[in-house]
Amino acid sequence: MQISKQKKIEMLRSLLLSRKFEEELTELCKIERKIPGMMILCTGQEAVGAGVCAALQPKDVIVTNHRSHSHLLAKGADPKTLMAEIFGKRTGCNKGKSGTLHMAVPEVNALCTTTVVGGGPPIAVGIAFAQQYRQGKWATVCFIGDGAANEGSFHEALNLASVWALPVIFVCENNLYAGAQRYEEHTKSPNIADRAGGYAMPGVVVDGNDALAVYRSALDARTRAVAGDGPTLIEYKTYRWRGHGENDLQIYQPKEEIAAWQAMCPIPKLRGDMLAQGLISKDELREMENRIDAIVQNAISFAEESPYPEPPEALEDVFA
Amino acid sequence: MYSLKRKYSNERNKSMRSFGMGQAINQALREEMLRDPDVFLAGEGIGVGIHSSPMLPTAGLLKDFGAGRVKDTPVSEAAIAGLAVGAAVAGLRPVVEIMFNPFFTLASDMIVNHAAKLRYLSGGKSSFPLVVRMKSGAGFGAGCQHSHNLEAWAAHCPGLKVIMPSTPADAKGLLKSAIRDPNPIVFIEDMMLYFVPGPVPEEEYLIPIGQADIKRQGADVTVVTWSKMVGVALKAAEQIAREGIEMEIVDLRTLVPLDKRTLIDSVRKTGRLVVLHEATRTGGFAGEVAAVVMEEAFDSLKAQLRRVTGPDIPVPASPPLERFYIPSEENLILAVKEIVL
Repeated sequence: MQISKQKKIEMLRSLLLSRKFEEELTELCKIERKIPGMMILCTGQEAVGAGVCAALQPKDVIVTNHRSHSHLLAKGADPKTLMAEIFGKRTGCNKGKSGTLHMAVPEVNALCTTTVVGGGPPIAVGIAFAQQYRQGKWATVCFIGDGAANEGSFHEALNLASVWALPVIFVCENNLYAGAQRYEEHTKSPNIADRAGGYAMPGVVVDGNDALAVYRSALDARTRAVAGDGPTLIEYKTYRWRGHGENDLQIYQPKEEIAAWQAMCPIPKLRGDMLAQGLISKDELREMENRIDAIVQNAISFAEESPYPEPPEALEDVFA
Repeated sequence: MYSLKRKYSNERNKSMRSFGMGQAINQALREEMLRDPDVFLAGEGIGVGIHSSPMLPTAGLLKDFGAGRVKDTPVSEAAIAGLAVGAAVAGLRPVVEIMFNPFFTLASDMIVNHAAKLRYLSGGKSSFPLVVRMKSGAGFGAGCQHSHNLEAWAAHCPGLKVIMPSTPADAKGLLKSAIRDPNPIVFIEDMMLYFVPGPVPEEEYLIPIGQADIKRQGADVTVVTWSKMVGVALKAAEQIAREGIEMEIVDLRTLVPLDKRTLIDSVRKTGRLVVLHEATRTGGFAGEVAAVVMEEAFDSLKAQLRRVTGPDIPVPASPPLERFYIPSEENLILAVKEIVL
């Protein structure tokens, strides 16, 4: 499959934006009282969000989880309102009710984000059901981690999605750790995707650090979904560079392992290929990086300068 | 809006028909599905079930609306509830059934952590217009894993509305309102009431969510109750009236939002309160009702309040044990006499 220059540029931009966004967050969250709550980063895993979302149409829906920054940015969420939400500000995409963990951006069809591990798949099934019910040619992507595959809700959702041939793509971002537990300690089967056979749906294992491979596999699954052929389980093998959260000391992650995966960073891979093929020049690349820099700095300023919500605003938005 | 009080007092009104709550719910589902093509049903055995009776809530709907809108699901409560959450946020109006109230535990992550919270987490951007119907109630000898009234759990979750009707007419009007409401709603049906006929208006009507109904006027004691226990209270009221004690029966109908006004006004009038529910005592919703009265109408109480509830035990299966569990007219009369005489 030929991937257009424009798609590749879109993915590279998405990778760089997410990386820059999180590099800033890595520093900002060290400052006392700057950012409330936890800081959960997807640094090193950005190719999954970038590649999958590049394969989607604006009306396609994503359901994501606590490690969502790259998914939301790749789906087109505004970095300013994301950053303000992470800061707990009123101008945040969810008015400070969510914080960094459960940001939902309905404007770009990032309809639900849940931090309950395994919470996403049943909801994605419901959204895909609505897509099927309305006979639209749209699909839903559900981003989960390897940990979520051991929740009972994963089983119920995949089974129902398959029985009803729903247009949903279960994207398992296997970053080798569920909390502090290494993959081999929580799952005997070498691949999460092997479970797909039990639901009579395709299960695909893909290099999650190769944005182009991610894009191709997601596009295949989307084509299948909107054709009415049902769900797909795709497992992207990748790696969690940071801890579960930024306060995680990572005593259980061998340094050599982290270094080995960092050497397989998704950014130089795509950037190098594109430079080599003349799809982008060094100048254009520098210009792209500068623009992304400005976007992220602008987002931080916006968040810093925005007001906190007034305490009684806590009482709003419970009921419609 | 229909005045049901007027209807109840006019038995001969030609525009009423009599049937059980199951059929009333069936009518509500049917009418709302005809009105709004986004309404669909899902659950275990709601299309083709192991029981078949025109008295049951989803009887005949598969035949009339087809498998596209009446979805029999696998035995997967988390997926059923998640289906509702996802379909609702995507714009449909799901009405899903959790076969029995105790299976709420299997669906509860989707209801408690998602249906109830995702709107708030979105900062009010998203809505989750869904109804989760749950069948409940002791009295059919099935034991505690099929009979366990958990309305207080649902009521304790901000973001959920909780409805528990006592009559066919209320069930129909409230369910229709619930289906049109933009919020997640837990609608609990006592199965014994499926087979207790009552008058239901023939023409269309809605009953607003959050409005209690005084099912009987009385001057001496307020009995606050809901669901099947309203019938128990009405029978007890007839008995005790012969002894000159007049019960006022406040049927909450909706636990969340709670109609504090009607509740407080009644207690201010009678000066005495008994709360009656089938659910177990500790942490039961009677505690909430009692606390509201103590906070807002303490000065009007002439006696200590009483709770009449199921004992703090799982619902037993054997008939004499189960009868012992379910609060009876005698239990209520005893409690009333303790504070009235």
